[in-house]
Amino acid sequence: MLTLTHYLILSAIVFSISLAGVFINRKNIIILLMCVELMLLAVNTNFIAFSYYLNDTAGQVFVFFILTVAAAEAAIGLAILVVLFRNKRTINVEDLDTLKG
Amino acid sequence: MFENYTDSQVYLAIVLAPLIGSIIAGVFNAYISRAVAHTVTIAGVGLSFILALYVFKYFAFDGAEIYNETVYTWLVSDGIRFEIGFLIDNLTSMMLVVVSFVSLMVHLYTIGYMTDDPGYKRFFSYISLFTFSMYMLVMSNNFLQLFFGWEAVGLVSYLLIGFYYKKESAIFANMKAFLVNRVGDFGFILGIAGVLMVFNTLDYADVFAAASSHADMTIELIPGEQWSMMTVICILLFIGAMGKSAQVPLHVWLPDSMEGPTPISALIHAATMVTAGIFMVTRMSPLFELSETALTFILVIGATTALFMGFLGIIQNDIKRVVAYSTLSQLGYMTVALGASAYSAAVFHLMTHAFFKALLFLAAGSVIIGMHHIQDIRQMGGLKKYMPITYWTSLLGTLALIGFPGLSGFYSKDSIIEAVHASTIPGSTYAYYAVLAGVFITALYSLRLFFLVFHGEERMDHHTKEHLKESPWVVTVPLVLLAIPSVIIGGLTISSVLYGDYFHNVVFVQHAHDVLGHLKEEFHGPFAMILHGMTQAPFFLMAAGIATAWYLYMKNTELPGKIKSSFRLIYDILDNKYGFDAFNDKVIAGGTRGLGNILSKFGDIMIIDGFVVNGSAKSVAWFSSVIRHVQTGYLYHYAFVMILGLIGLLALVVY
Repeated sequence: MLTLTHYLILSAIVFSISLAGVFINRKNIIILLMCVELMLLAVNTNFIAFSYYLNDTAGQVFVFFILTVAAAEAAIGLAILVVLFRNKRTINVEDLDTLKG
Repeated sequence: MFENYTDSQVYLAIVLAPLIGSIIAGVFNAYISRAVAHTVTIAGVGLSFILALYVFKYFAFDGAEIYNETVYTWLVSDGIRFEIGFLIDNLTSMMLVVVSFVSLMVHLYTIGYMTDDPGYKRFFSYISLFTFSMYMLVMSNNFLQLFFGWEAVGLVSYLLIGFYYKKESAIFANMKAFLVNRVGDFGFILGIAGVLMVFNTLDYADVFAAASSHADMTIELIPGEQWSMMTVICILLFIGAMGKSAQVPLHVWLPDSMEGPTPISALIHAATMVTAGIFMVTRMSPLFELSETALTFILVIGATTALFMGFLGIIQNDIKRVVAYSTLSQLGYMTVALGASAYSAAVFHLMTHAFFKALLFLAAGSVIIGMHHIQDIRQMGGLKKYMPITYWTSLLGTLALIGFPGLSGFYSKDSIIEAVHASTIPGSTYAYYAVLAGVFITALYSLRLFFLVFHGEERMDHHTKEHLKESPWVVTVPLVLLAIPSVIIGGLTISSVLYGDYFHNVVFVQHAHDVLGHLKEEFHGPFAMILHGMTQAPFFLMAAGIATAWYLYMKNTELPGKIKSSFRLIYDILDNKYGFDAFNDKVIAGGTRGLGNILSKFGDIMIIDGFVVNGSAKSVAWFSSVIRHVQTGYLYHYAFVMILGLIGLLALVVY
């Protein structure tokens, strides 16, 4: 029998993996974007689990919103990435330190 | 004549006429011709002279009531009123006539003296403004307006002394005059502040009415020392007078003021500016009478000025400087009279001196025109036959200055000497011998100047000699007009001014100090005074002075050079003017500069610049150089901080 706890643990694991991906990844900025997407999915899992157990559809409505925004975000993120690559000739995260003080 | 006008309109017209003339000549300088400039200013001063005569008649002969009204209230703060107002009484009306007459003469004279000067219109604007300032000063009925006139006179004298603003020495002289006057004015404004503190009002009438009830008030300036408040106020006010009236040690600006054109020397030395201090002390007689200490201070300063500045006149070779030192010495006489509580005698001498000193200066200017701006008397001589009008008027002026019996200087100076003799306040013995010796000195330097310029061999070069001629009428007419009062005014007015009741409601003298009342018993009219004067020490001293000057500079002309070389030390002391200039230069100016350097180095450069301004900038730079390492530029660091922040926030919400 699957309980709420299982879902929450799953989403926590997925979130932690994606977080680790953000921190540990030093090479590819595309992986960074994927990790961010993964974080959103973990959050979505949370939303759906709570929505089901609390019998409140608002949570599922939120998931739709988040998916929509995530899709748009991914599109814009990739577009920025393309421009970035054209300018810098690299997508290596280590090299992208123009914000350095 | 003026029945249809109210008094205040007449007084306003007196003050404003020269101001308007000055504004037209000054502000519209570029749009008007020379003739317009001198016409409007002379018209302004002329109008004020006529009105002043009318006012004088009104007070002296018709016995008018004292006029004391406020014209305009500037502001009222905490019950203290700052106003512009006029106090017209016998003293003011006399000062008005003297100032306006001398000023009018100087205006006329300037047409001749400044003909070739490019600053012609500017000069007229300045001298009219000078006249306006002096009117404001003498007509004031409160301390604030007095201070305004006081400063305005100082400002215009600065402008006039530095009239030749491209000449280095003139710039130096006007700065010196300005700075020395600032020292005096500092004392003066402290004195006014003292008056305000004690009486809580700046109005003359209120202050004088309340003066005697504050006589015993004391002030503790240095802890443990109780000083009489009146003494402190009076000495502070007198320090202001020392600056304006050029008393030792604040006299140093006056000889240097000779850098300005000659007409303003006459104006500064005769009618305006230097008389301001004498006038002020006379006006404040109810205050000064309350402090014997202050009177002694005045007496000693005046006597020192009268004698020691006279000595300096003997060795000067610049025609204007000799006259300038004689002004210093004569101002010393007036101050001595103030110290001896003979205020009327001081003002009387002020008046007679105004006429003959203006005359002497304008005559000196006439000589300078004739000599083509050579001022060294060693290059003159024998001018008598070339400039007869200048010669005769100078002779009258010189005789009036040395107190030749019958001329106006005699009455005023002899009265001062007698008054000091009769005075009993501390210091009067010193003052008496100083002014007595001063008579000899005055006669010596005046006649030395006179003989060297007008008699003896002609020492000028050939070229100058060819062009020597009498000055034009605009120059000689003022000389003649000034010579008349120089001769007669003393004898005409002494009975009423000095021994009559002319100043009875103006000057206040305590009974114990009333030397003039004492002298009055022995006074039997001007002619008796001449006869009496001929038997007194001053007359013989004067005669000795004339004889010495004649012997040294006419008869045995080798002797002065020999005296000079055998008394080298004394000559050097006199030549260095007792070292006042050197002292001021080294100690005062040098000390100020040194202090300024130290303050600049430590206060400004080190603390303000180094620590406060640059220091704060530097500390910001240092802090940011440390904190910038936080900005690594790596995305994952930012993301990590974001998560940390999120966890922190969550922790805050949950617990």
